[in-house]
Amino acid sequence: MQYEVVIGLEIHVELMTASKLFCGCSTTFGGEPNSNCCPVCLGLPGSLPVFNRRAVELAVTAALALNSEVQLRSRFDRKNYFYPDLPKAYQISQYDQPLGRGGYLEVELTGGKRRVNLERVHLEEEAGKLVHAGDSIIGAGHSMADYNRAGIPLLEIVTAPELHSGQEARTFLEDLRSLLLYSGASDCKMEEGSLRCDANISLRPEGSSKLGTRAEVKNMNSFRSVELALDYEVRRQEQVLSEGGTVVQETCHWDEAKKQTITLRGKEGSSDYRYFPEPDLLPLVLEKTFVENLAHQLPELPATRRERLQEQYGLEKEEALLLTSNRELGDFFEAAAKQYPGYRHLANWIQGDLLYQLRESGKRLNEIEPGLLVDLLLRLDEGRINRPVAKELLAEMVQSGIDPKEAIKERGLEQITGRDNLLPVIEEVIANNPEAVDNYRQGKKKALAFLVGRVMAATEGRADPAELNRLLQEKI
Amino acid sequence: MQLYEHTAAELSRMLQSREVSSVEVVRSFLERIDQVDSYLKAFITQTPVTALDTAGEIDSGRMRGENLHPLAGVPVAIKDNISTMDLRTTCASRILENYIPPFDATAAAAVKRAGMPILGKTNLDEFAMGSSTENSAFFPTRNPWDPQRVPGGSSGGSAVAVAAGMAPLALGSDTGGSIRQPASLCGVTGLRPTYGRVSRYGLVAFASSLDQIGTVSLNAFDCALLLNLVAGHDPLDSTSLPGAVPDYTAGLEPGTKGLRVGVISYSSTEGFDPEVTETVQKAAALLEEHGAEVGEVSLSLTDYGLSAYYLIAPSEASSNLGRYDGIRYGYSAAGDNIETMFSRTRGEGFGPEVKRRVMIGTYALSAGYYDAYYLKAMQVRTLIRREYEKAFKKFDLLLGAASPTPAFKIGEKIGDPLQMYLSDVCNITDSLAGVPSLAVPGGFHSSGLPLGLQLTARPLQEQLLLKTARFFEAYRGQVSLRPGLEFIEKGGGSSAV
Amino acid sequence: MPVDFGKEVDYVAHLARLSLEPEEKECLAGQLSEILETARRIQELDTAGVEPTSHVTELPAVLRDDSVRPSLPLNRALQNVPQREKSFVKVPRITASELEQD
Ligand SMILES: [Mg+2]
Ligand SMILES: [Zn+2]
Repeated sequence: MQYEVVIGLEIHVELMTASKLFCGCSTTFGGEPNSNCCPVCLGLPGSLPVFNRRAVELAVTAALALNSEVQLRSRFDRKNYFYPDLPKAYQISQYDQPLGRGGYLEVELTGGKRRVNLERVHLEEEAGKLVHAGDSIIGAGHSMADYNRAGIPLLEIVTAPELHSGQEARTFLEDLRSLLLYSGASDCKMEEGSLRCDANISLRPEGSSKLGTRAEVKNMNSFRSVELALDYEVRRQEQVLSEGGTVVQETCHWDEAKKQTITLRGKEGSSDYRYFPEPDLLPLVLEKTFVENLAHQLPELPATRRERLQEQYGLEKEEALLLTSNRELGDFFEAAAKQYPGYRHLANWIQGDLLYQLRESGKRLNEIEPGLLVDLLLRLDEGRINRPVAKELLAEMVQSGIDPKEAIKERGLEQITGRDNLLPVIEEVIANNPEAVDNYRQGKKKALAFLVGRVMAATEGRADPAELNRLLQEKI
Repeated sequence: MQLYEHTAAELSRMLQSREVSSVEVVRSFLERIDQVDSYLKAFITQTPVTALDTAGEIDSGRMRGENLHPLAGVPVAIKDNISTMDLRTTCASRILENYIPPFDATAAAAVKRAGMPILGKTNLDEFAMGSSTENSAFFPTRNPWDPQRVPGGSSGGSAVAVAAGMAPLALGSDTGGSIRQPASLCGVTGLRPTYGRVSRYGLVAFASSLDQIGTVSLNAFDCALLLNLVAGHDPLDSTSLPGAVPDYTAGLEPGTKGLRVGVISYSSTEGFDPEVTETVQKAAALLEEHGAEVGEVSLSLTDYGLSAYYLIAPSEASSNLGRYDGIRYGYSAAGDNIETMFSRTRGEGFGPEVKRRVMIGTYALSAGYYDAYYLKAMQVRTLIRREYEKAFKKFDLLLGAASPTPAFKIGEKIGDPLQMYLSDVCNITDSLAGVPSLAVPGGFHSSGLPLGLQLTARPLQEQLLLKTARFFEAYRGQVSLRPGLEFIEKGGGSSAV
Repeated sequence: MPVDFGKEVDYVAHLARLSLEPEEKECLAGQLSEILETARRIQELDTAGVEPTSHVTELPAVLRDDSVRPSLPLNRALQNVPQREKSFVKVPRITASELEQD
């Protein structure tokens, strides 16, 4: 029998606030365990939560970016359960009155562009982190709790069960990530846990509309592991069904090392969270203008920008795709393009040398002034510097922040052109390297490159390469 | 007259005119505590050294001519569910027996900022769950009017401290009557302010939507003094009310002309002592005599209110008390895995009343029961608020009893939770409605025990409550409001109860 | 209809993480049945269409600025911790049945 795979995702992303959702503790990642904690996020008796405005703004911004219907009135509830990473034994979350209802994301999937619907988008608080003495939670003799993370604002995004393979789930997540990065809501660092994903996955006979029994897969720590884990789970469930068995509702963990899912527990003892309205927080009521302002401030989102970049600047699809892979890159390109008309040339330099130098130096794009790159390219186009000098200057510009314009002037890097300037050097090189000249004359083409190199060395790399070649050949 | 026999206002005046020093005042209260508290047991923790230190600092500040708060140097006692930095805050529970908060409750911080020496932390029913202070994990507190009887609860320690001259003022907390009922049983004045008027930050939560810090004092003026200090918006408590705080000591001249008073007629007065009802009638007559328009108001939902309260409060409590799991603070039982450790910690750390309420609350919130119990109770709460709104269209003030009976015997109701819950029947609907409510001494029972009146007003009308309480104080006559405590002097140190 | 709490005691005690002695269980079962029986009287009231009151304060939440304030010094934060391990809080072994989702 042919089965259809049905996947729904539940995604948690940490919002990029400076302080936690309900207290003033810093959200900085890393650092000494339990050093970013106060009575509120430790759940000490008598402490009370107070909303962080920025967290609300970011959550609304993200909800808007996800086409979710932002509710002007939403409510916070307590989700009660006991777990050592949860200081109050309840998580302040949203239950039946979430911040955002519905929503969707247009994703390029197999078979073209498709709309993947969302059930809801809501705001809640992060739990602490457990470190296990041993290699997994269950085998560990004991665990250790660090509450630095407890109370960081989290956005929970729940999709409808509308994805149909591990690959689709991965593509969806990648697009979601770029969208959230664009909206500035989260840094989405999966490796630091600021983006996490759980999946519900079930199989049903092709053509059937009834959902099969689902398994919940957790602990997938990268986009790749989401794809691998879900593909593994598809094969596992297929096998069970093809052998005439039935899939049991269960929760499993993806074991990255063994590349397989491991059952944690059956659902019989499924949790009873005893949700009820959080009495310590009054309802969250948003002014219409507050939401409208955030909607206006919403940046152009990647898909729209991609199309516009192609149209406005005549870029190829691949070029536009790369330049929209994050917001800063596109912003950089467009800021530079305002002052520089060679759009594709600009795009090439950004994609190539600039990104390479950023990676090498560990510098961030926002540390680079687009105008400086423009100056550099203009001088290159005017023939005032040559290409190798331009590359060299770009590297220095990224690494040590020099102004290429100044450097060209100060160091006299302008290209040496013209017979009168180049011939004396060329003649001197010919005179000093008779052997190479002989070799060339005997047909060894390589010798020319050697002589060009000598001239370049003598001019500190500033000779116009084309003219140099011509003159050199003329002289020998 | 001993210093400990003075009201806070008198002490404040004497301190400001430098007739006495704060150290002398504090010594007098400490001696009184030494004298009677080993018997009455109002305090869980006494802090004589820090109290004298604060007093000394205030005295030298006064010598230097510093501008001091009117209550500077006037000592105070604090209920032991209000967090005090570096001072053990137990909630009268084994589970917090050795818990030391690293921060001050906003109300405690206010007291410290004003320079009030803290005499100690007072006894209560564990986590404020109870009406007799018998549910303390450490010891019961005795009523100074009759040591065989309870002081009421849960702020029993605070009420006894003030009634027996061990503190001129005390902070308490009131969830469903926990200030008003013990004030009534001990013959002192107890105010539950409007929900949100006093910050709850640092008050160990029992039922968050009902908890409110309030005052215990000898009279309404003293109450106003302390309320001035602790009332106001707190950015750390999002449920605290915005807006300016009036000077509660101003405009307290008794005036009842034209005041529209609704005397509460309960749907059932089963369990009410007839003398209680009589005292309320007398008070109503007195008001009418002095120009008030007195009518009858029926609060038909009182009984349902009690039921709703005993679902809402335990539900919130079951969640609020989840954090006592032995991981981050408090009692921690051994257990080789997390589940055993959690369950043992909580099973061994909580007393029977707390367990009862946690069980009821957990049940009322659990899948399948939420709608029938918790949700329904919250709807009933809405009906009760509407009933109050209706009553306040006709009346400015509601008058009733602060407790259906005078103080009952220690042990009398402890085995019968339902009977115990009924002790709060007069107080609970005010809590559900979130309105301010004050217990003021109204007279004495033929047995010699004090009886309290309860005054209730619209939200933020604390001034009207205080003003009316002053009226009753003015007509109280020569009756001494201080218990004799002869039983202690007679060497009646018998601890048999 | 009487409420029989007897059957529920174990389940509710587990949800609440309360270990109870057998006598305690028996006593609680009786008391809780009685209390809930009384509480059920509210069923008599017609509350159709009545909004539940979860807060008596009819104001919206106040939002604070996203500014970092000092946390507790580590030793203050951990001063009441029963079992520390360096700057961590020590936690007993976690069993599979305790793994919960957020
Ligand atoms: Mg969640
Ligand atoms: Zn914090």
